[in-house]
Amino acid sequence: MGLNRSLRFAFNISKSWIQIYKTYSTCPKFPGAKTTFTNQLQFTETSSYAPIPIFRILGPKGELLNSSDEPKLSEEILLKMYKDMTVLNVMDKILYESQRQGRISFYMTSYGEEATHIGSAAALDLDDLVYGQYREAGVLMYRGFTLQQFVDQCYGNIDDKGRGRQMPVHYGSKDLNYVTISSPLGTQLPQAVGSAYALKDTNRVVICYFGEGSASEGDAHAAFNFSATLGCPVIFFCRNNGYAISTPVEEQYRGDGIAGKGPSYGINTLRVDGNDVLAVYEATKLAKDFASKEKKPVLIEALTYRVGDHSTSDDSSSYRPKEEVSDWLNNDYPTKKFRHYLESRGLWNEEHEEQLLAQANKGILAALSNGEKKKKPKWTEMYEDVYKFMPLHIKKQQDAMKDHLKKYGKYYPIDSF
Amino acid sequence: MVSKSGRTLLNLASLNRVISKRAFSNSKTLAAKQMTVRDALNSALDEEMTRDEKVFILGEEVAQYDGAYKVTRGLWKKYGDKRVIDTPITEMGFAGIATGAAMAGLRPVCEFMTFNFAMQAIDQIINSAAKTFYMSAGRVNVPIVFRGPNGAAAGVAAQHSQCYGAWYAHCPGLKVVSPYNSEDAKGLLKSAIRDPDPVVCLENEILYGVQYPMSDEALSSDFLLPIGKAKIERPGKHITLVAHSKAVETCLDAAKELAGKGIEAEVINLRSLRPIDIDTITKSVVKTNHLVSVEQGWPTCGIGAEILARLMESEVFYHLDQPAVRITGADVPMPYTQSLEVAALPRPADVVDAVKRLLKVK
Repeated sequence: MGLNRSLRFAFNISKSWIQIYKTYSTCPKFPGAKTTFTNQLQFTETSSYAPIPIFRILGPKGELLNSSDEPKLSEEILLKMYKDMTVLNVMDKILYESQRQGRISFYMTSYGEEATHIGSAAALDLDDLVYGQYREAGVLMYRGFTLQQFVDQCYGNIDDKGRGRQMPVHYGSKDLNYVTISSPLGTQLPQAVGSAYALKDTNRVVICYFGEGSASEGDAHAAFNFSATLGCPVIFFCRNNGYAISTPVEEQYRGDGIAGKGPSYGINTLRVDGNDVLAVYEATKLAKDFASKEKKPVLIEALTYRVGDHSTSDDSSSYRPKEEVSDWLNNDYPTKKFRHYLESRGLWNEEHEEQLLAQANKGILAALSNGEKKKKPKWTEMYEDVYKFMPLHIKKQQDAMKDHLKKYGKYYPIDSF
Repeated sequence: MVSKSGRTLLNLASLNRVISKRAFSNSKTLAAKQMTVRDALNSALDEEMTRDEKVFILGEEVAQYDGAYKVTRGLWKKYGDKRVIDTPITEMGFAGIATGAAMAGLRPVCEFMTFNFAMQAIDQIINSAAKTFYMSAGRVNVPIVFRGPNGAAAGVAAQHSQCYGAWYAHCPGLKVVSPYNSEDAKGLLKSAIRDPDPVVCLENEILYGVQYPMSDEALSSDFLLPIGKAKIERPGKHITLVAHSKAVETCLDAAKELAGKGIEAEVINLRSLRPIDIDTITKSVVKTNHLVSVEQGWPTCGIGAEILARLMESEVFYHLDQPAVRITGADVPMPYTQSLEVAALPRPADVVDAVKRLLKVK
């Protein structure tokens, strides 16, 4: 009986195959094939496709290259963008010094990449979810993270929402929809896709920042592929700043950069001048509208240059010439370019600049001195958050500590907690 | 990766802090040449590359940048692009490439910037490197070394400060070494490179900059330390302290303090975590009748747990006058806070307290 049945099954299959072959045509029938047959045997090379061009609005001096490209942004927004870029520079300078003085253990500056942060942040809504890599402080600043909050995190004091558990610059803010930075590289990429999948039924999108170095991690491949196949409203925003610590892009990849990978994954892709804040804004706006409406991913590659060291643990002079850095600083620096543009529109001048710098300096130094004076997170907190519900063995430790402090509290700097 | 996020969490500042702190050592060659662990590893790599053309190094920043922790300093200049290879940032990628190169007969030394980032590559290490010899019925061996800093660093929080000793020691097919001082580092790494099987070499970031004496023998290019053999760092008769990596220093400091109270602790430096030298521990415990294991890793399923279980299963159990005790890292993700970080790791005082409790000494 069983044998008969399986024979009949096999017969049915072969019959349906015959029907398929009857509809023979020159179009390939291979599953997923979207092409034609050819009798020419030849390589498809990187050069078989034109490289994706770099979208820009401003020239190297900050001049509007095409008058029709004038951004439709209010003066208020334009000025907020510029101010945040500038304040970010000032904050970096002071917190970097703070690390050098041994007040904090680690810091990362954003010099040269301000436009990628602010341009993209300005194009998003506050309820869009941000996954950063680690060098995206400007995005958080644009969203409203205060100088005091930055300092509190770096100092790990009582007002640090991370309860002093993360290294400096590993910011996070639930209120501002900014996922806390995770140290291991590239983990944010598939996670962002998962979050975007979860948000498919809303109008929100997820933006995920990453460097050209982390695009080499296997996570990046998984993220790109899943975002396309699952139709996730996520914007992959690559800050291609030329170096992964010391590894230059020439050693990081071949082919047409990070943007070149997008189309092969079925992802709509943009390449933009990452030193042109207006171009970054326009690209991210287009990406957001598309991702939100179509429920599909977008890849943006912003080309920029890391003017600062990778982090306070790095000395970039050992792997790149100083002249290269000063060339970018002097001839294509995002903040300077944008300032020139605003001045040309009569929105900014030297007096405004001086006021802003003085105000920023004062604000950060005040935040710093406040932050240093604040108490440390309450000692009871060190037993919390390993598990959602505190297990008995941890509870016992916490109770033992409480008892201990009841007796011997005076020998501890209890007042500093 | 932080560094890698910060991916770099190369906390050089904290390294500098420890460089000046000379660790206690009771090596018999006190007048011998001093060498940092970093230089000892560097000379091991250099000598083995000179000796065998099949040996090459790959990893992130290992060439032009001399390695994130400068362990490969000067090797790129000396051996060139062919044998010191900077890779794109893909642990699973370059660990896989190194494993394949080893299958094809080369002897790769695969550097992870830290073992925290090797989590990306653990499938290659466990499922491919460790098991291929067995799965190929002995036809394909994988003579590879996975090396890099392991264990608690300083000021880099939960994702960058943890010991992987127990993780790798768990897996059959792997050998795992965990050097403490400069002699260990050189002798074990050289043996690892020459070994026909995959070896995980767990170095300690904090110890890289610390100087230790090197005997004339250790300075020789023929110096090898056998994998699977522990070393008695300090002989004693009252209690056995067994540890690996930086915890050896903790034990030696504790032993020094205990000596002042008339307690002679025998300190065993495990050197290898797999195979683990249970014979040396056994002989010591038969003599001292007391055991404390000390490690920076977590307690559950840890190296100490393994040692205690092995002794429990053997005749040595009857030689113990008191239950053996584990001193481990605290069972929590590593705190960022400096004072808690110190408290989360075994300190000499913890060892002294445990010993006094076991020996019922006030």
